[in-house]
Amino acid sequence: MNVEKIPMSFEEECLLRPGNTNCGGCGMSNGLTMLGRAPESGNYSMVIPACCGIVTAGAYPTTSYSVPVIASTFASAAAFATGVSEVNGLNDEDEHKEGKRHVICWAGDGGTYDIGMATLSAAAERNEDMIYICYDNEIYGNTGGQRSSATPMRARTATTPAGKGEGKKNIVKIMAAHRVPYAATLSIAHPDDFRRKIHNALKIEGFKFFLMHSPCPTGWKTEPSETVELVRLAVRSGVFPLYEVYDGINFRINEEPDGSDPSVYFEKQRRFKGQELDMDAVRRYIDHRLDRIRRLQSVSHFKD
Amino acid sequence: MSMQLVTGNHAAGHSMSLAGEANRTARGAVCGIYPITPQTEIVEYVAKYPFSKGSVVPVESEHSAMGVCLGASMNGARSFTASSSNGLAYMAENVMVAAFYRLPIVMAVVNRTLGPPWNIWADQGDSLMFRDFAWVQLYCDTSQEVADTTLLAFRLAEDPRILLPVMVCMDGFILSHTATEVELAEQQQVDSYLPDCAVPHRIDSGHPVTMGGMTFPQETLAHRVELHEAMGRVPEVFEEHRKQFKQEFGRDMKAAVTPYRVEDAETVLITSGSISTTMRQVVDKRRERGEKVGMIRIKMFRPFPVETIRSLLAGTKKVGVLDRNCAADRGGIFWQEVCAAMQGQGHPLIQGYLTGVGGNDVIPKTVHEVVDDLVQRETAGEPVWKGL
Repeated sequence: MNVEKIPMSFEEECLLRPGNTNCGGCGMSNGLTMLGRAPESGNYSMVIPACCGIVTAGAYPTTSYSVPVIASTFASAAAFATGVSEVNGLNDEDEHKEGKRHVICWAGDGGTYDIGMATLSAAAERNEDMIYICYDNEIYGNTGGQRSSATPMRARTATTPAGKGEGKKNIVKIMAAHRVPYAATLSIAHPDDFRRKIHNALKIEGFKFFLMHSPCPTGWKTEPSETVELVRLAVRSGVFPLYEVYDGINFRINEEPDGSDPSVYFEKQRRFKGQELDMDAVRRYIDHRLDRIRRLQSVSHFKD
Repeated sequence: MSMQLVTGNHAAGHSMSLAGEANRTARGAVCGIYPITPQTEIVEYVAKYPFSKGSVVPVESEHSAMGVCLGASMNGARSFTASSSNGLAYMAENVMVAAFYRLPIVMAVVNRTLGPPWNIWADQGDSLMFRDFAWVQLYCDTSQEVADTTLLAFRLAEDPRILLPVMVCMDGFILSHTATEVELAEQQQVDSYLPDCAVPHRIDSGHPVTMGGMTFPQETLAHRVELHEAMGRVPEVFEEHRKQFKQEFGRDMKAAVTPYRVEDAETVLITSGSISTTMRQVVDKRRERGEKVGMIRIKMFRPFPVETIRSLLAGTKKVGVLDRNCAADRGGIFWQEVCAAMQGQGHPLIQGYLTGVGGNDVIPKTVHEVVDDLVQRETAGEPVWKGL
């Protein structure tokens, strides 16, 4: 697809309105802004479980979102969204001749990798028509930074003060294994790729899963001004590869890592301070994962 | 209208499905379903129903079953489900959300003992754990009442003066799996009885609001007051819809409270659910012996019909409350409610009896023993266990 041909929407009313109280340098806020500027995405409602994303809405009766939002219980985003989506499906023909209405789940890693896992897996297995975006800040950010199963090994959190002993779940692999029509990673440092993928998802019927790398300066102990730079480093070094998976079997890397040293990415985060990071092991893991994705890409088939 | 030999589960499934179908002229029907004994046949009935504008989603848990109902109702569809026992316990968080979001969801509850240890027989401890969740709770005593009350439940829940979810409860197996003669409604009658479902606060892309974001204590207080007041309007609105039900279907549905031979009664028994049919026989027997015994059957547990209970018990000397549930340490939950309702209303003796807890049978002998105990009592004491 030619990215240049997709217009960026800069309507006055953006998805995340000014005046919200989010932390400076919040990766999620950047993601919301980018989602709002994705084309043809104006006609949707959002389901947001307990997470920073719902606190973003602000206090009643105001809201920082320019679309209808339903706050769901922590584990239920994909179930609430199923209900919304089914009703849309029954009524779209009558009410929205100009185009279908979408439902987008916007959930953190706690609501996705942990407490919402069963609900998410079931909605994916049923191939419900929705877009599910996990903004992954690798901790329970809203409660002050505790470990989740998305927290990387050695990161210090409020509940792993000596550093986490276990690695991170590979959620994209898990979701792709459901053979959903589309699963992909999103980077706030790569807006063209971000826009293209949302545009793509809006055209695909069924379940679409996105994982968005989302630095949290408060929890990661990073400089707010370096949020986008951190994501760029993660993509370039291969810590967070940008790729997409169609139907669970057709893989494509969207941005080849340029061999940047991953140690810079870790050194910028004080959550790893004092930890003995085995950078050789990190590099081996990165190479191994990229190698697997490349092999899968080599046997993949694409219509375009 | 046709008389058929069906179970309570069939009656509930039939009425829910027809109510869902009736909303084809509006935003349709969507529900999340999940099986659990003894309600499974209800969701199977719904899953097989050929809705012309409806969708039934077989999800992975009760928590998600209610989650789907919440999303669907918030998007303006008519929504309903069914559950029992530990399924309800697992669903609990989202059960609460239905009331707090003021969504007119209807749930059939087939009362079953909570476990472990595992036991599939009737006990009301499952739905009664939601007594403070701002759901209307109606306990039926026949399958006919299940069929009728389920239809009324939609009318009540969706009434703009109410907008609260409604639970229609029946005792597991005793009603759910026992076939009796039931007059089942026709689609055309349900179409006429139920207006299109309108959820006034449903999401609307032209009016973007955030439902359920943060509120400060002052707004939360107002929200709780509104819930409390809506609950307070239920008895009157229920009565209105009960009368309209008779006009449409030609038969009486039991009121929130059904007194039986209480006019001159000195001893009054109170119960709910299927125990009341056994109790009626015992009252007749005692009356034949010239004893002044009467009974009250409570259908509406939430809101609790305080005024009706007070006026019916005025002048009564002794009251025995039979509960098929037990709150450890506090005894029967209906008994506690009756005691609270009678606070400051003179001093009838109000004794609690724990009958049929954990699915034990409540037979005429059990009720006779209760009457025998009650008439010789000088004072009320700790709840009395029956069937030990």
